[in-house]
Amino acid sequence: MDKQLVVSPAPHLKSPETIKSVMVDVLAALVPAAIAAVIFFGTPALLTMVITTLSAMLTEALILRNKNIFGDGSAAVTGLLLAMTLPPAPPWWLCVVGGAVAIIIGKQVFGGIGNNIFNPALVARAILMVSWAGHMTTWLAPVDLTATATPLVTSTAPGFLQLFTGTTAGCLGETSVFALLLGAAWLFYKGHINWRIPGGYLGVVFLMGAALGGGLSAGLFHVLAGGVMLGALFMATDMVTSPVTPKGQLIFGMGCGLITMLVRFYGNYPEGVTFAILLMNAVTPLLDNLTLPRVYGEVTK
Amino acid sequence: MSPKTFKGGIHPGDFKNLTEKKPVVPAKPPAVAVIPLSQHIGAPCKPLVAVGDEVKMGQKIGDSDASISAPVHASVSGKVIKIGTCKSNQGHLVNAVFIENDFQDTWHESVKPNPDWEQLPAEAIPKIVREAGVVGMGGAAFPCHYKLVPPDKIEFVVVNGAECEPYLTCDHRLMLERPEDLIVGVKLVMKAVNARKGLIGIEDNKPDAIEAVRKAAANDPDIEVHALPTKYPQGSGKQLVSVLTGRETPSGCQSTTVGCLVQNVGTCVAVADAVRFGLPSIERIVTITGAGVKEPKNMLVRVGTPLTQVIEECGGFTDDLRKLIMGGPMMGPTMSGPEDIPIVKGTCGILCLTEQEVQLDEIGPCIKCGKCVEVCPMGLMPLFLASAVEQRLYDIAETYHAVDCIDCGCCTYICPAKRPLNQWIGMAKNEIKAKQRRAAAAK
Repeated sequence: MDKQLVVSPAPHLKSPETIKSVMVDVLAALVPAAIAAVIFFGTPALLTMVITTLSAMLTEALILRNKNIFGDGSAAVTGLLLAMTLPPAPPWWLCVVGGAVAIIIGKQVFGGIGNNIFNPALVARAILMVSWAGHMTTWLAPVDLTATATPLVTSTAPGFLQLFTGTTAGCLGETSVFALLLGAAWLFYKGHINWRIPGGYLGVVFLMGAALGGGLSAGLFHVLAGGVMLGALFMATDMVTSPVTPKGQLIFGMGCGLITMLVRFYGNYPEGVTFAILLMNAVTPLLDNLTLPRVYGEVTK
Repeated sequence: MSPKTFKGGIHPGDFKNLTEKKPVVPAKPPAVAVIPLSQHIGAPCKPLVAVGDEVKMGQKIGDSDASISAPVHASVSGKVIKIGTCKSNQGHLVNAVFIENDFQDTWHESVKPNPDWEQLPAEAIPKIVREAGVVGMGGAAFPCHYKLVPPDKIEFVVVNGAECEPYLTCDHRLMLERPEDLIVGVKLVMKAVNARKGLIGIEDNKPDAIEAVRKAAANDPDIEVHALPTKYPQGSGKQLVSVLTGRETPSGCQSTTVGCLVQNVGTCVAVADAVRFGLPSIERIVTITGAGVKEPKNMLVRVGTPLTQVIEECGGFTDDLRKLIMGGPMMGPTMSGPEDIPIVKGTCGILCLTEQEVQLDEIGPCIKCGKCVEVCPMGLMPLFLASAVEQRLYDIAETYHAVDCIDCGCCTYICPAKRPLNQWIGMAKNEIKAKQRRAAAAK
């Protein structure tokens, strides 16, 4: 025994998970949706995802002076998530700007990972939407890539099977519900997400869709169409920007659902997911402090 | 009705396969027994012997007048060669009596069986337990006699056979090898506090022990044996009481407030030995384990045996030893070297971890994953507590109930950013207590 002994406080056993391993899990969870995007939208989709992700990683690596471009993996997650919210074939420079903006304005100005208030990918999406509305709403039909409109805009709604498997127009990540659910199952299994945020979000969307849209099938349509699946499973559940308390998480999810549906039915935009989540991000600290769990043995005066 | 399990908790993987099937073997007595005068919570003892005195095994060699204290006894027969200091497992120096062993193991006259032990009145039991120096054998080492005169009415004696710390198997082997003695001890404790029932909780990763204890308790309708879901920290007093009785101990109070007295299985057996045979607390089962020791074992070790001798009997360390812990992996203190620190009444285990098992992680930023909130058995918010302490805002830490932390370490275990949450919360507890002491002194 020639090395000195390590003296450190207990506990001496720690979970093998690290920030990086959590980020890799999230990336893995997005792979089915990424594959679906390439199947339906081809090379443009692949390029969009690669450029956005690389731009985000490079921006963060430069700002933090990282030893390698992957870092702790969080920039890659932000980049890929942002790509998922883009239409299939935006100009390459829009992807570069989006990735950089997500990291700089969405994350680093707040003090880096853990300190940002808003979901960085959605911050970038919001900025891109108001800056280049035209590019951000140029949709392509899947497989044949002809210009078309999304299910939320067309009057003839596609069938539920189409919405589920992904053969409708939309952003890269929002079309294939099936692929998203596969990925979310992985995150559930690993314990990185729980039922509260997605359940609250999708539950309210379904109920309001049924109430305002006239019937249960309208409710189902609203759950499957647009960015709600991606938003509820991957965006709203972003750890840094969502509550840590169980009740807080449920209220957060429900709030996202409420605002999404209000925008869809009464607002100007066809889709409300981006702003719903950003607005609920803002009240997350408040929600946490209003929903503190009961302390064991709490003596109520 | 009692819940099946408590809120939160973790599953760290138990590593008990290294020693759980190994019967307890006696360790060699030491050539010089170093008996610390403080092996318990409470006032340290003053020596009752002087250098040059001949002492017999089991003779009381240290005592104190304080109410929260416990005497210490010689674990060998021989001559007192020194009264000085030795290092404790907490890292500081404690006063100790050094006895040169004559290897005769001559028992002191006070150590004799009591054939009428079953007729003893309840009040006599705490006195005998005190004289025998019995302290909590689960590691905390609180003087047992003091707990046997509780301020509140006791309905249940809750017996901790959970042994929730990974690696440790000393309680497991005790329950397997001396289940009848355990039941005798439980009944004596119940008699002393006039409890209506004894509830023995054993984690379900020890099915053989559950069966053995159930068989031993078969003729006692007042003693129940419960298999509990294996989850750390099931053995924590508050969590054990919750799961076995459904009662929650109010913040700042002892479990006696809800009519429950918690005792470790080892303590119950020590009570039985003291009452039936007049045996003082001079030896205990220690689990020596980990990949860093060549032959992991469960050994019956005399108090005062140096750590180095026990390790030698287990084949010695491996070349890649990197961490030495005198206790369990979740709450035990690390040693800076394999020194002659004596085994004391509260030493449950010696854990030897190798290079691969030691994690030296950099502290990362909090990503608000909320896993610490999920696992905290007390319903606290470790991430907020830690963030308050990082900024030295101890008053804010107090509003987040820092004082209710039980130091289990679940939050620190689960944190992906490897933040030392329990250390920060510990700092807050110290500062809050210091502030309370200053305020009380100012009055």
